[in-house]
Amino acid sequence: MVNTGNTNTVKAAGKKAPRIRPGMPRLFRNERDVLKSSAPKVSGWATGDIELKIGFVIIGVILVLGIISIFYTPYDVYEMNTSVRSQAPSMAHLFGTDNFGRDILSRAMVGARFTLLVSGSTVILATVISIVLGLACGYIGGMFDEIVMRVMDAINSFPSILIALVMVSVLNYGKLTIIPALVIMFIPSFTRIVRTGTLQYKNAEFVLCNKVYGDSDLRILFVHILPNIYPLLLSSVVIGLSNAILAESSMSYLGLGIQPPIPSWGRMLKEAQDIIFSTPWAALAPGLMIVMTIVGLNCIGEGIRKKYLN
Amino acid sequence: MRYFVKKVGILLLTLVVISIVTFWLFHIVPGDPAASMLGTSASQEQLEDLRKELGLDQPLPTQYMNWIKGAVKGDFGTSIMYKKPVAKLLKGKLSVTLILGAMALAIVILIGIPLGVFTAGRKHAVSEQILNMLNLLGISFPGFFLSILLIWVFGLVLHWFTPGRFVTFSRNPAGFFRSMIFPAIAIAIPQTCILSKYIRSAVIEEIRADYVRTARSKGSTKNRIMYVHVLKNAIVSVVPLIGMIVSGIFSGSIVIEQVFGIPGIGRLLIASVTSRDYPTVQTLVMYIAILILVVNFIVDILIQILDPRIRIAQ
Repeated sequence: MVNTGNTNTVKAAGKKAPRIRPGMPRLFRNERDVLKSSAPKVSGWATGDIELKIGFVIIGVILVLGIISIFYTPYDVYEMNTSVRSQAPSMAHLFGTDNFGRDILSRAMVGARFTLLVSGSTVILATVISIVLGLACGYIGGMFDEIVMRVMDAINSFPSILIALVMVSVLNYGKLTIIPALVIMFIPSFTRIVRTGTLQYKNAEFVLCNKVYGDSDLRILFVHILPNIYPLLLSSVVIGLSNAILAESSMSYLGLGIQPPIPSWGRMLKEAQDIIFSTPWAALAPGLMIVMTIVGLNCIGEGIRKKYLN
Repeated sequence: MRYFVKKVGILLLTLVVISIVTFWLFHIVPGDPAASMLGTSASQEQLEDLRKELGLDQPLPTQYMNWIKGAVKGDFGTSIMYKKPVAKLLKGKLSVTLILGAMALAIVILIGIPLGVFTAGRKHAVSEQILNMLNLLGISFPGFFLSILLIWVFGLVLHWFTPGRFVTFSRNPAGFFRSMIFPAIAIAIPQTCILSKYIRSAVIEEIRADYVRTARSKGSTKNRIMYVHVLKNAIVSVVPLIGMIVSGIFSGSIVIEQVFGIPGIGRLLIASVTSRDYPTVQTLVMYIAILILVVNFIVDILIQILDPRIRIAQ
């Protein structure tokens, strides 16, 4: 493998090959095909290819289930049907029904949509804030950097769920309070990554070169430095998304996440636990979907890390 | 020694900052504690009286000083929900959570370290792949789903314990530990996976060192090298993780106490957040903050003691 940092330096400094943007994942580069033919064969586990494939398939299935649920679910999600109460899994109800006669698979499908929406927007918000904070910290440095990073360390040393709980109780919970409460959990680690990356590239030759060209600080930060940080940030963001799903479902389980009657995986599990004596299968669908999603995301994160960072 | 003093200084400073932030956060929240304590039927006079009694009529800095003064003496204010002093509510709950956390930590260390060393020693074997899979699954199971599975399998199918029944230590020590062991396992599993992963990579790093070859050529067995020489060095690089693991255990126990119905501070915290019982939440947050800070402090000192290289570099 060619050292990414060096090729970037040459390419960007020369400014001769605008199509090959520095720091973009190798996937988007033409040179990859050239390298491939001469490279010795390595197993898919070592390059992260297999992990990426497994991850994308799992996440694909979950996403498709969530998207289908917008148009179609096997049964109505909210309607209670006492004639099919507490039924064990069968062909008619693949994952059974709960004590109100609601189809658990249908509810888990709709739950996928809301859980993914909430955790997705949480992570996107956190990423945007962290990029700005991290770039500022790394580029400005000095007192500002010191103070921001101290605060981040302080937040990071606390149990994440504790911070979310404090935020939820302070923010007066409404339907979407869970999002800002969770965003705070992810800002410190993302910011640290962006900051480290910025420090690494701040004095690189291609950046200095662009400075000489007279590029503004903002342009240097967002056009020249930021793209180099993407691969590292991307793998952390994917892992962060899996943590967000864990956190969101924990909060929903505790009754502090998305409010009823909207189904979410966490609260479905809470309801399943209350009726565990009569219908133990109720926990199966939402629980397995959480585990699958997190396994999938962890696979993708690990795959990206192996593929682009080693 | 200078390092020690500096660390204590930082510890105290952080505590003050955190107490101010916590206090300030819970006092900018809209809503009047006096009103929520008395209900809607209270007269204006009663409200004024209660506010005076709680010290709510004074400016914020004075209120903060009063709170700190009280906290040092062991008086944390009055719970809105239970209308009892918070200190009384905490009695007995803190020890339950601490024991639960200690049990979880013991499991994490007793299983995580050998597991990490074992997998590191067999780098190219199939067992590595299988253990990687197990690790991935371990991180991916949300604590509460794992707990529900444990309750179902060991509580309802195998009848090893009674779900939802908590036995106090004073009534039946054996029963107490029996009702605590499964929650402890549920808290410990994800942390064990994380620890073993780190131990594994630290050991693999360490195996390449020269002293391993020397030990091998003087005839030490593989296990002896692993557990006596390599592990000692690998653990030093993992010690900073203890802070993270302890904080993870607290995170886990907040949720899992709820699942298993264990009357610890996690359960009290959730109850008081749901009912907006701010004095209680504030006290619990401070309690947990102090615990975490002290653990981190001990870890910092421990690194100094364990690793002479860092001590000399100072």
